[in-house]
Amino acid sequence: MKLELGYIDIRDIQFSTQSKVENGVLYVNKQEIEAVALGQPHIQSAEAFLARPGESVRITPVKDVIEPRVKVEGPGGVFPGVLSKVTTVGSGRTHVLRGAAVVTTGRVVGFQEGIIDMSGPGAEYTPFSGLYNLVLKMEPEDGLSQHEHEYALRMAGLKAAAYLGELARTVQPDEIRTFETDSIPEGMKKMPELPRVAYVMMLQSQGLMHDTYVYGVDAKRTLPTLLHPTEVFDGAVLSGNCVSACDKNTTYHHLNNPVIMDLFDRHGRELNFVTVIITNENVYLADKERSSDWTAKLAELLGVDGVIISQEGFGNPDTDLIMNCKKIESKHIPTVIITDEYAGRDGASQSLADASPLATAVVTGGNANEVIVLPPMDTVIGDLAYVERIAGGFNGNIAPDGSITVELQAITGATNEMGFNRLSAR
Amino acid sequence: MRVFTNNPLVQKKLSGICEVCCFDVSFLQLLIKVRDEVHKGSRLLTHPLSGSVKPNETPYKSVLLTSPQGKIDVLSLELIESSIRAAEQFPIRYPQMPDSVRADFQLIDWTLLQSAL
Repeated sequence: MKLELGYIDIRDIQFSTQSKVENGVLYVNKQEIEAVALGQPHIQSAEAFLARPGESVRITPVKDVIEPRVKVEGPGGVFPGVLSKVTTVGSGRTHVLRGAAVVTTGRVVGFQEGIIDMSGPGAEYTPFSGLYNLVLKMEPEDGLSQHEHEYALRMAGLKAAAYLGELARTVQPDEIRTFETDSIPEGMKKMPELPRVAYVMMLQSQGLMHDTYVYGVDAKRTLPTLLHPTEVFDGAVLSGNCVSACDKNTTYHHLNNPVIMDLFDRHGRELNFVTVIITNENVYLADKERSSDWTAKLAELLGVDGVIISQEGFGNPDTDLIMNCKKIESKHIPTVIITDEYAGRDGASQSLADASPLATAVVTGGNANEVIVLPPMDTVIGDLAYVERIAGGFNGNIAPDGSITVELQAITGATNEMGFNRLSAR
Repeated sequence: MRVFTNNPLVQKKLSGICEVCCFDVSFLQLLIKVRDEVHKGSRLLTHPLSGSVKPNETPYKSVLLTSPQGKIDVLSLELIESSIRAAEQFPIRYPQMPDSVRADFQLIDWTLLQSAL
């Protein structure tokens, strides 16, 4: 399967009377994009804001981050099974507004987290501080249940991203990248000497604001299965919002999955990137056993020489991660696992809630318990009142000068377990 | 099947449907009660650290487990021990919270459990 991504580089975002992309500037008609959000049932108010890199702006509580994309050639449309028909995506051409994003914010439950600082020390910890963001602050109708509210926010964010993505349809891309994988026999014939590698992508699937959707299906109701890696670039996998910011994969992370990107970079040179195996992270222990059995079974059936596994979340998913690792290793297939750590503020405690001697190759996204002081910002989009109740926050964490003390886990994407981070240790 | 919980919403939702053992204890104390049950031969059915809401954020936890089956299930014991160890790393920061937030934490715990029922 072959997909071209046409990247249109965005270097500024402005409100304007007409929504369009011109000379790398994303112009947005404020009323129109607010109307898109308000068109989603149960959204009572929607207000659009702009946040640019380097500005003294704090966005919180962040629910999701979505990159605007549009399908310009080939079957299906972006966000299949949700905004488009369920037709298999991942081929043809898709245009991307690279450097832009829709960020959704709004209260769903009374404890929220997710901070994006557009400047200062916190900005270094989130990749989204480097983007030109259209922030949608949305409030629901009174009396709406939390489930309905989460759904309304999710859909409004996706629709706003699709609205912006549509502006890219006829724009000439700054760069076109081609991503192609072969069928299994073709790949083996073409690259007989290269190690065959699969990517096991674990999807959070536990309940309200802990969910992920695949072609519109709640991942907790799925069995492990295969995806062409390019399907992910067209929005086959979506985030169901979050309460835990640092290691929940946003929709933006899925669309730009760095493991898939890196495997493509090495495909045909160092390795043969065979496929993506998606699996879930359910609460019920029998589901974990079944899903990890199936993940290992698929890896074995594919006859791969190595597997990379990425995790999503803390605690419960550590068990899925280790089960996947142990069962795949027991098939004599070496694994590398990508996770993050909750090792206490001094970094000295046990990092994961589960472990195995078979997990010999581990990549970490960082210690989510590490403390950071975020200086005050001139503008807060969203509501700071929730910061005291976000993960990593604590009573009295807002100082009189407006600076806030939080653990890294409060920052959106700070310890992402796909490795989509800006900081690294050497 | 039994539920060990400190969440009054779970007690309300499941009473009459299955055996609910509801305790007025902390998150960590609830895990310790679950460990006691595992020592008596119960097997865990759900993960004790379900959810991304950390043990120092939410006061509520519900765990599904079997009735005592005579023999200690080693996997369940390992899981509850490692969960307790992980939970102990998080000092409790929110002894007081508004009722609305408390209700939201109860709801999240219930949806996590519900996904396993």
